[in-house]
Amino acid sequence: MNYFLGLFVSGLTRGSIYALLALGYTMVYGIIELINFAHGEIYMIGAFTALILASVLSIAGLDAISILVIASLVAMIYSAAYGFTMEKIAYKPVRNSQRLSALISAIGMSLFLQNYVRLAQTSNFLPFPTLIPRFGFLQQLTFQVTSAQFVIFVTTTVVMILLTLLIKFTRIGKSMRAASQDKTMAMLLGVNVNRVIALTFIIGSATAALGGVLISSFTGQINFYIGFMAGIKAFVAAVLGGIGSIPGAVLGSFVLGWTESFGAGYISSDYEDVFAFAILVLILIFKPSGLLGRPENKKV
Amino acid sequence: MVLDVRGLTMDFGGLRAVDHVDLQVNEGEIVALIGPNGAGKTTFFNCVTGMYVPTAGTVTIARPGTDARQITRMRPHLITAQGLARTFQNIRLFSEMTVLENVMIGRDCRLSAGILGAIVRNRKTVAEEKQVVLDSYAMLEMVGIGRWANETAKNLPYGAQRRLEIARALATEPFLLLLDEPAAGMNPQETRDLVALIRRLRTDHHLSIFLIEHDMSLVMTLSERIYVMDYGKLIAVGDPGEVRRDPSVIKAYLGEDVSA
Amino acid sequence: MSSQATTQPQPRRYLAYARRSLLVSIWFAILTFPIIVIRANTITGTITWRWHNIGWIVGGTFVGSWIWRYFLERKRAGAAATMGPLRQRLAASRAIVAQAVRRPAVARGGIAALLLLVVAFPFVGGMYQTNIMTTALLYVVLGLGLNIIIGLGGMLHIGYIAFYALGAYSYALLNFHFGLNFWLALPVGALVGGLFSLAIGIPVLRLRGDYLAIVTLAFAEITRLVLENWSSLTFGTAGIRNIPRPAIAGIRLTLPQTTTFVYFIMILMVALTIFVVNRLENSRIGRQFVAMKEDFIACQAMGVNIARTKLAALGLGGMWAGLAGVVFAARTTFINPASFTVWESIIVLCTVVLGGMGSIPGVITGALVLILVPEYLRAFAQFRMLLFGAVLVTMMVFRPGGLIQKRRRAYTISAQEKQVAGEIGDPGIQG
Ligand SMILES: Nc1ncnc2c1ncn2[C@@H]1O[C@H](COP(=O)(O)OP(=O)(O)OP(=O)(O)O)[C@@H](O)[C@H]1O
Ligand SMILES: [Mg+2]
Repeated sequence: MNYFLGLFVSGLTRGSIYALLALGYTMVYGIIELINFAHGEIYMIGAFTALILASVLSIAGLDAISILVIASLVAMIYSAAYGFTMEKIAYKPVRNSQRLSALISAIGMSLFLQNYVRLAQTSNFLPFPTLIPRFGFLQQLTFQVTSAQFVIFVTTTVVMILLTLLIKFTRIGKSMRAASQDKTMAMLLGVNVNRVIALTFIIGSATAALGGVLISSFTGQINFYIGFMAGIKAFVAAVLGGIGSIPGAVLGSFVLGWTESFGAGYISSDYEDVFAFAILVLILIFKPSGLLGRPENKKV
Repeated sequence: MVLDVRGLTMDFGGLRAVDHVDLQVNEGEIVALIGPNGAGKTTFFNCVTGMYVPTAGTVTIARPGTDARQITRMRPHLITAQGLARTFQNIRLFSEMTVLENVMIGRDCRLSAGILGAIVRNRKTVAEEKQVVLDSYAMLEMVGIGRWANETAKNLPYGAQRRLEIARALATEPFLLLLDEPAAGMNPQETRDLVALIRRLRTDHHLSIFLIEHDMSLVMTLSERIYVMDYGKLIAVGDPGEVRRDPSVIKAYLGEDVSA
Repeated sequence: MSSQATTQPQPRRYLAYARRSLLVSIWFAILTFPIIVIRANTITGTITWRWHNIGWIVGGTFVGSWIWRYFLERKRAGAAATMGPLRQRLAASRAIVAQAVRRPAVARGGIAALLLLVVAFPFVGGMYQTNIMTTALLYVVLGLGLNIIIGLGGMLHIGYIAFYALGAYSYALLNFHFGLNFWLALPVGALVGGLFSLAIGIPVLRLRGDYLAIVTLAFAEITRLVLENWSSLTFGTAGIRNIPRPAIAGIRLTLPQTTTFVYFIMILMVALTIFVVNRLENSRIGRQFVAMKEDFIACQAMGVNIARTKLAALGLGGMWAGLAGVVFAARTTFINPASFTVWESIIVLCTVVLGGMGSIPGVITGALVLILVPEYLRAFAQFRMLLFGAVLVTMMVFRPGGLIQKRRRAYTISAQEKQVAGEIGDPGIQG
């Protein structure tokens, strides 16, 4: 039973992380119908920025909590800036070209950012400082939950709620929804679509950076390549849930997280990624629009 | 009867775009479907040609001299092979291909060459390819745009693009041609030429024609029977004179307040 | 804003450029600061400050932004409007070349020269050069194969390398267990590549376009992971050693001789690929591919079976990867899953995109440039992937058609045929 609970918690943690990333995918896809392959790289850059900042700050002698807060905030701001710049360079100019062009541009961006970090920093794994403090009350549970897992889960929940509120109730959220339904119409109604798209990238990237900082604290090490797999997985989660749908992204993330951790725990840990991809293919075969996605309806 | 539609219904989520429509086209007839914007005309076309799977209803077709066949829920390419061809309201040409190649794609469903034939270029394949070029060119000549055969489709003037759509549809060897707003965006001269072309297709090539059009003068001069749709429902059928006088049609077009 | 800039007098326009570029470079200086300037090594607990890097960034982005803006504006204004004297002369000389090439004597001479070059290469260049060229040729075949799927069929496939892997493993394993020789392995590899490509095509047929990208990627990763972990069959990460090189029965070849031999096998394979792809392109199926890529709804409405056409593109594309995989295994004599990562797929994608999607000379150029340039410019080798990324983005922004863009074929119809066509109209709809 404890083994099961352990796997359950580890699946939940993974799911939370995937969710933080999947949100960005789903939001961007909802508005410009682009698979932003470089989203995982934004997450990686967030983690690196935090690592660099934490190193500098710890030499300056700050305490762990302040470092965690400052590093996360700065990482989020920086990643948001990267996301914003990336959209301006690689996506905005191809917005009116073929779908294929935008996708290839995104792959190029991903390749570029990875190697940018590899060359400027290192290709080796770096240990990530332990920034999350230990919580005493977690030790009293019968199954193992680490402080990092706890923080990850709580943060994800909070971010999710904030995002939902933002999209449901604010002006920005309304513009986003309008732009995702019909860009031309939204434009005619006075929505600044360019700004909405930029904002979507900013919000998505900041969320991804938060994910980057948290997961790195949890795994304890990073390198330039961590964004790629995480990005793919998060994208799989977003597609599983039905791309474009925010609750779908969350649901998909948890389904994926549990599939992986139970698959690894009960069948074979070598094939963890295989389970992730297999469930994607399976769900797409039986429900091509994902768990919560609306069926596609191509206008002729 | 070449086309017989019964109780056709199409829902998009909560929206009923086509609502129990019955419609027939007889052999050699020119029939028009009219109605205000958003009435569901294009959706009706899409259901008939298999682009959308209708929520309910049946579509039956019969090539003159053969038995009737149900084509409801058939996939679009099979319906085209049965002898129904269409054009699109918002022109959908293969814009990077040449004009001739566009028509050659129309011929495609009448060809038999396979992949192996393409590679070894046996005599049959070569002969077929040669024939396709000639047939397609003939089609271009018929609609009057032969001189642009090797031009890229997107570079054609607007009226010629509409004609190319017709040529491409004709290349599939249909017995019933469905035209979705063929005169949209044309100037009066082009429209007159179009009317002549459509008449010629009917008399010389024994086609039945079913068209959607907003240009009332074209509809009134060309069609023998007119169906009128509003909010997905059929509200009137008849010859041009009857439809013109029908109060419900006037109401649909001019709005409630003028109904008296 | 941009259209204004083009109508401004030159000096003012350059000033505006300079101001914007300065702002851009300041933005980038701030943006890249933590990653470019500070290097944190958490293993040794040291921090290095590399202030000089700021200079590179500011200078680089200043010039880069200027060029970027200049080309972006030119693209917006349309190529015709900005046809400067240089470009006019370029176009004129290109026309002369095109005309010359069409003359049979020149064309024959050109082909003969090319043949001579190809045949003489291994004897002049030596083993090292020949090896590099063979690698490039492998990528030419891969590029042309992937081009069937992406360039002609318009499906973004980013798991192409999986079929290459399957081809390589088919040969290695069948040889290991059953002693299958290289020549027999070639068709087997092609078959395996084609069939697997079809197999992953079937589930994604119903999916919308961009899902194909993720599913193919997933498939490639699954393939690699299975190769890595199913050790009892594939020997896992250790890979398979001592795969026999291609041989001719009864003749013993020395290593340099084999290298040359493999080079010529690849030359033949490239020739075969070009031949087949060219024929496919100019045929019914090739037309279907392009029409499907252009507008699959209209294509379907014109009676083309989209499902069949997609599968044909996938199957025909996968075959070449399988075939190339067999040669790869035979050439290196050692394979392991590490040779078949996603990035390998992306490199092949780059060759197709850089050269020109859908254009055979384009893809060949793309593959040769992308594989040979990093080989010869060793200084660039570590920047290779960075540059690939930049190339993909830049190409998509400025020249999505690639270096050598596909031109549609023109058909000639004789005057006599024209007259016949004009008289009978269409034979089809008369009956
Ligand atoms: N794929 C679709 N998904 C959802 N709603 C649709 C779809 N296609 C059409 N509709 C809706 O169905 C209704 C009928 O549209 P349709 O295009 O058939 O009208 P129409 O009579 O052709 O109009 P027009 O004269 O402007 O071409 C409209 O309200 C339209 O928004
Ligand atoms: Mg319509």
